[in-house]
Amino acid sequence: MASLRDVKTKIGAVKKTKQITKAMNMVASAKLRNAQGRIERFKPYAQKFDEMLGDLAAGADESVHPLLAKREEKKTVGIVIVTSDRGLCGSFNANIIKAALKFATEKKAEGLDVKFYCVGKKGRDAVSKSGFEIVVQYRDIMSRFDFSVASKLGNELINAFLDGTVDEVVLCYGEFISVGRQAPVTQVVLPISGTESAEETSSTGKDYVYEPSVEGLLAELLPRFVKVQVYRGMLDTSASEHAARMTAMDNATRACDDLISSLTLLYNKTRQAAITRDLMDIVGATEALK
Amino acid sequence: MSKKLLLEIVTPDHKVLSQDVDYVGAPGALGEFGVLPSHIPFLSALGIGNLYYKDEGRTHYVFVSGGFAEVTPEKVTILAEAAEKAADIDTERARKAQDRAQQRLARAQEKIDYARAQASLRRSIARMNCRNSGEKAGTC
Repeated sequence: MASLRDVKTKIGAVKKTKQITKAMNMVASAKLRNAQGRIERFKPYAQKFDEMLGDLAAGADESVHPLLAKREEKKTVGIVIVTSDRGLCGSFNANIIKAALKFATEKKAEGLDVKFYCVGKKGRDAVSKSGFEIVVQYRDIMSRFDFSVASKLGNELINAFLDGTVDEVVLCYGEFISVGRQAPVTQVVLPISGTESAEETSSTGKDYVYEPSVEGLLAELLPRFVKVQVYRGMLDTSASEHAARMTAMDNATRACDDLISSLTLLYNKTRQAAITRDLMDIVGATEALK
Repeated sequence: MSKKLLLEIVTPDHKVLSQDVDYVGAPGALGEFGVLPSHIPFLSALGIGNLYYKDEGRTHYVFVSGGFAEVTPEKVTILAEAAEKAADIDTERARKAQDRAQQRLARAQEKIDYARAQASLRRSIARMNCRNSGEKAGTC
């Protein structure tokens, strides 16, 4: 049986761990609120953007802009994987990585080349271990990023797509559904396929005067649409990360509680056993002295 | 002048402005355009530059870059990658950005670098202009 002191040290250790997990839980919930706020603030922009694009793209077909053109023969697929920089958030990163790698392996089986664009350290580490080629990586930015990061990455994707380095770009990120639910999502970014919102909003019935022209506006809007999507992925991943960490840390705190109570029980039992043993000794000794 | 125009400026990070105004002047891709209430529906790309609006006789300036404007008879919506009210512009930062961009222009080898530095230069200059105009108009 474990000695009394061993059990006591263990209880102390678990208590300290609990303090840490509890603190991390609180930090994560504060950061989550922040991240959710950013999503909220981004919403009006995204919504308006979809509307505008919907209006414009309604009449446009693939031939209008090279970013819309689907390639008959695909050789290379670019995968953008957005994960967090830090761990301790349950299976959150693992899920995204699994989804991305599964997708990559499928494409490879079809005889396509796969190139990775990594945002976030966890995804990069996993991808480099798996042996796929990494073209671009952004690390340690998930804690503080703004639209310019998405813009930069978006430009790289667009350039790679236009000069034929990649024929399709897919975005993998953790969609933020609710605090308790996050799901890995794989979404085609390039070529831009008819935006879902296009059908809903195409008939706003307004006859706009376009300047410079529909084509000219599309040429401006479409690249930005890629960036908007990348940004949305990053925002979602960031919120999901904190939500996942909150849940994970909550579970950990609860596990600590369980552990502490069972250890305390063990401690009391051991102490009681020791007292009983001592008493027996004393009783035995006095009996012998008689 | 009872009729007003709702001006909304949104960026990916936040809503910069949402206000009833009398007149909006914006730097369109093909040159500046002005909007009064009851304007016909109009959609335009915006260049880098100053947007201004008039409200109760005072002119306010806002720096915008990389944006679009959607005009309807009652409302002007500006979607911009970056937008700052003149009062919020950090001139010191803009001046530094200008210096950096000029240095990079002097050194730039590749075409992309050159274009990027040029855009950054234009932004920093536009920011400073915007602040100056704002100060002149006494609205910042």
